[in-house]
Amino acid sequence: MDTYEIIVVGGGHAGCEASLAAARKNHKTLLITGNIKNIADMPCNPSIGGPAKGIVVREIDALGGEMAKNTDKGAIQIKMLNTKKGPAVQALRAQADKITYPQEMYKTLKNQNNLTILEAMVEDLLVENNKIKGVVLEDGTTILASSVILTTGTYLKADILVGDQRKRSGPHNEKPSNFLSDRLKALGFTIKRLKTGTPPRLDKNTIDFSKTILEEGDKTPYSFSYENEAIYDVEKQVPCHLIYTNQKTHEIIKEHLNESSMYGGYVEGVGPRYCPSIEDKIVRFSDKERHQLFLEPESRYYDDIYLQGFSTSMPHYVQEQMVHSLDGLEHVKILKYAYAIEYDAIDSKQLKQSLETKLIEGLYTAGQINGTSGYEEAACQGLIAGINASLKLEGKQPLILKRNEAYIGVLIDDLVTKGVIDPYRLLTSRAEYRLLLRNDNADIRLTKYGYDIGLISEERYTKFNKKINQIKKLTEELQTNKITPKIEVNQYLESIDSTPLKDGITLHDLLKRPEITFAHIKHFYPNNYSKEVYEQVEINIKYEGYIAKANKEAEKMLALENIKIPEDINYDAIKNLASEALQKLKEIRPTTISQASRISGVNPADISILIVYLKKEKYYE
Amino acid sequence: MNDTIAAISTALGIGAISIIRTSGKEAIEIVNKIFKGKDLTKVDSHTIHYGFIIDKDEIIDEVLVSVMKAPKTFTVEDVVEINCHGGIATTNKVLELLLRNGCRMAEPGEFTKRAFLNGRINLMEAESVMDLINGKTDKARKLAINGLRGLTSNLISNLRKEILELIASIEVNIDYPEYKDIEEKTLEDVKTSMDSIQEKLTKIVKDSENGKLIKEGIKTVILGKPNVGKSSILNRLLDEEKAIVTDIEGTTRDIVEGQININGILLDIIDTAGIRKTKDIIEQKGVEKSLELIDQANLIIMVLNNNEKLTLEDKELLEKTKNKKRILVVNKQDLETKIDLDKELEQESIKIDTIHQEGILPLINKIKELFNMEELENSDLNYISNARQISLLKQALEIIPSIYQGLKDHLPIDMIEIDIKEIYNLLGEVNGESYSDEIIDQLFSQFCLGK
Repeated sequence: MDTYEIIVVGGGHAGCEASLAAARKNHKTLLITGNIKNIADMPCNPSIGGPAKGIVVREIDALGGEMAKNTDKGAIQIKMLNTKKGPAVQALRAQADKITYPQEMYKTLKNQNNLTILEAMVEDLLVENNKIKGVVLEDGTTILASSVILTTGTYLKADILVGDQRKRSGPHNEKPSNFLSDRLKALGFTIKRLKTGTPPRLDKNTIDFSKTILEEGDKTPYSFSYENEAIYDVEKQVPCHLIYTNQKTHEIIKEHLNESSMYGGYVEGVGPRYCPSIEDKIVRFSDKERHQLFLEPESRYYDDIYLQGFSTSMPHYVQEQMVHSLDGLEHVKILKYAYAIEYDAIDSKQLKQSLETKLIEGLYTAGQINGTSGYEEAACQGLIAGINASLKLEGKQPLILKRNEAYIGVLIDDLVTKGVIDPYRLLTSRAEYRLLLRNDNADIRLTKYGYDIGLISEERYTKFNKKINQIKKLTEELQTNKITPKIEVNQYLESIDSTPLKDGITLHDLLKRPEITFAHIKHFYPNNYSKEVYEQVEINIKYEGYIAKANKEAEKMLALENIKIPEDINYDAIKNLASEALQKLKEIRPTTISQASRISGVNPADISILIVYLKKEKYYE
Repeated sequence: MNDTIAAISTALGIGAISIIRTSGKEAIEIVNKIFKGKDLTKVDSHTIHYGFIIDKDEIIDEVLVSVMKAPKTFTVEDVVEINCHGGIATTNKVLELLLRNGCRMAEPGEFTKRAFLNGRINLMEAESVMDLINGKTDKARKLAINGLRGLTSNLISNLRKEILELIASIEVNIDYPEYKDIEEKTLEDVKTSMDSIQEKLTKIVKDSENGKLIKEGIKTVILGKPNVGKSSILNRLLDEEKAIVTDIEGTTRDIVEGQININGILLDIIDTAGIRKTKDIIEQKGVEKSLELIDQANLIIMVLNNNEKLTLEDKELLEKTKNKKRILVVNKQDLETKIDLDKELEQESIKIDTIHQEGILPLINKIKELFNMEELENSDLNYISNARQISLLKQALEIIPSIYQGLKDHLPIDMIEIDIKEIYNLLGEVNGESYSDEIIDQLFSQFCLGK
């Protein structure tokens, strides 16, 4: 019988990161996937990154994950979003090539030491005394392991819905898992039914692009990974195109509304609010005259165009009419029809912050099985599950990122503390310390964790420390160097529309002025640092007040974070807790007072009582 | 436990000396900011100092301040106590100043809690603290909400809604930068919105301070069937003809408010539409409101007709109010007694005759008896919650200049939004409306977003 330290079930974005992290941490790892060809597949949109999500990709990179590096390998277009806004909300988004991305990821997996890939379906789990022992394949083969990470995506009891048709199938007619979710249910997990959907794919050669609006990539090259230099030819990027729905489209949809799976009443699962189908948009926002749609290329190597914004569960013949009513798509050939997909997920409140399940020791889950949506959300959970499964085998404490440290921390804390109703997508609005969680400082926030865990190389860490030291050095230089109101100084300031000086001022304070940049500072104080160092110092100085405020808020949260709640606490023994609070605390079993205070229904009075109890029982000094 | 807390630690009464206590790392520093006299940061521990509490240049009160430094204090933290001479209004003003300058309103029992957590008191005492925290907080929470019902609460709700829409329209372009169907908010747009927000917030603060909007009394609801004499009783109590008194059933449709001060106990008296099963829509609304008011009321005056047998509705109301602080009034003593109250209720009731002005005095005495002691504590909490609310509103107002500065400096819109969100959150604290996913919910209901 085969034995591994860690088994990862599912080869999507979560599974890839989980198995790489485990193998790179020198644990004998097995990745089991239903179809090797679908490893790191992108069954929906062809893009990676975007607001919040792009920052997650950088966080994955800082922790030693693969998604950023892999995206850099095959992007067909990259944009920095929100450049007209502040540094906190800027983020990268790439149109990833749907051929290159999976291919490159597969290569990386194949070449990874300690990692074996097996094509098979897992249909059962071996559990003894609430401890995971291994998995059972469809053909009855047993494989043993100390830890199992489930990253099954949308494959648990997946149903494809088109009109009134319901078919048991995973994406691309792949085989779904029929029994694993029943097994999870029998083990005590609450199973939820979720729904998502994907728009039609169109033949590029049949689109009249003259009726569309061109959307190009940025003219500056970028890279997701801190290890990579941005060196691609910006002129060779493939553009996207913008079109709009029209009255005719809306009429067709309204006429056939009841034929869609959703409005015909054929859907049980809860769909995501942020990703409604086109019929949803037309019903819910009936006063809108048009909705925007993007034509996004899926690959340099084939002709499919992804019609972003047009996800639907209408029957095929209606989809034909709908698509043909659109400007530029009058004669388009649909290569793949849109569909909705329903799948089983577990209740993420049954997870610990480490992504280990509370019910079964050594069993971890990551990605869509936890009720999230999106490649980036899945990948970061996979990475954390892989890291924590490894740390557990090593007898170490799990890596738990806090809400002020990473979007990954926000995501996981939301999952385990609040749970999800509809598939969860990261948004910048979900982060209360958004200003601290920036695209530009993910390395500063997380590289040390990646290094300590063993996923960041010595070489990269040395380079990183050099950057940190230079940031410190430049900051000090600006604080100690002063300029005085000499004539030539004031003349220069006036020439750049800046108020002349009356008294001496440090360069630090001068840089605080909104109109002053490092180009101006260099006029007074020639210096030579890297672009990244200037960027950090400038952001830190320009937004000092706001950053200090955010840090102060975060400190309040951290103080409560330091009051730990023991795992075996008996909430029933605590007198005076309000009944709603008692019930919620028993369900979620928060690990810190900070987490407890974020549970809805747990009031400040309950928190006080809890603190007094912890103190009384000498859990907390 | 890192913050500095403040609370009025004596029972509030008119003319009494009251003590405001603060405890925490910054207690001395904060009090020093509003104290005119010696520099309190330089005085010895356990000393008392004479001086004035000031708000910028205005003198609020003449006070004695005791400075006690950690660890030899009740909470084992720095403690400063301010002995005020003024009445309730002055004491509240001092508390509000402390809150504005960095203190947090202490939760009920929090000084004792800190004493325990810092090892100053023992376990037995701690148990009773926990009882205290829970018992009092529920009361306080309820009162905090009651204190703000009605006009102010609506104004704040509407203002929050306005701010939320502004935030969502900024957020939508952050999370969906390529969502082109709505114009991206410019700094100019934000300025226009801020002008309106500032104007409204300033007015709310001013009105709240004047005590025009936030009622501070014991909510008293007069209940009973139509034409039983509720309005007459109200008028006798109010000494003014505010409600229409008439013989036609169901004419008092609005909920009429008035205040009465009995021995320093402030009652907010609310007359209700006669509660009875009705098809009249306008009246139906009044009836619903009456039932809602029972929940919020601190005192119910239930009026019954001496000349009638109890109806089903009377019995229903008696049942609904049986756990409330309640005074039963049997009116129309001038007419023949037909009422069939059971013995217990009969003994509890006060008999009056509003036509001939008899029996109002026993009612007033009953109110005094009920509220003199116990409920004064309640209205204390009410006062305090108002001071807390006013200080939150002022904190919100004080953020606005930094928004205008940011707009002037052309800061990125998402930076300016940080301050706008803070105002939004403070207003949420004022009327207890906030929940964690508000902005996200708004985003998806206001805009049509998706892949």
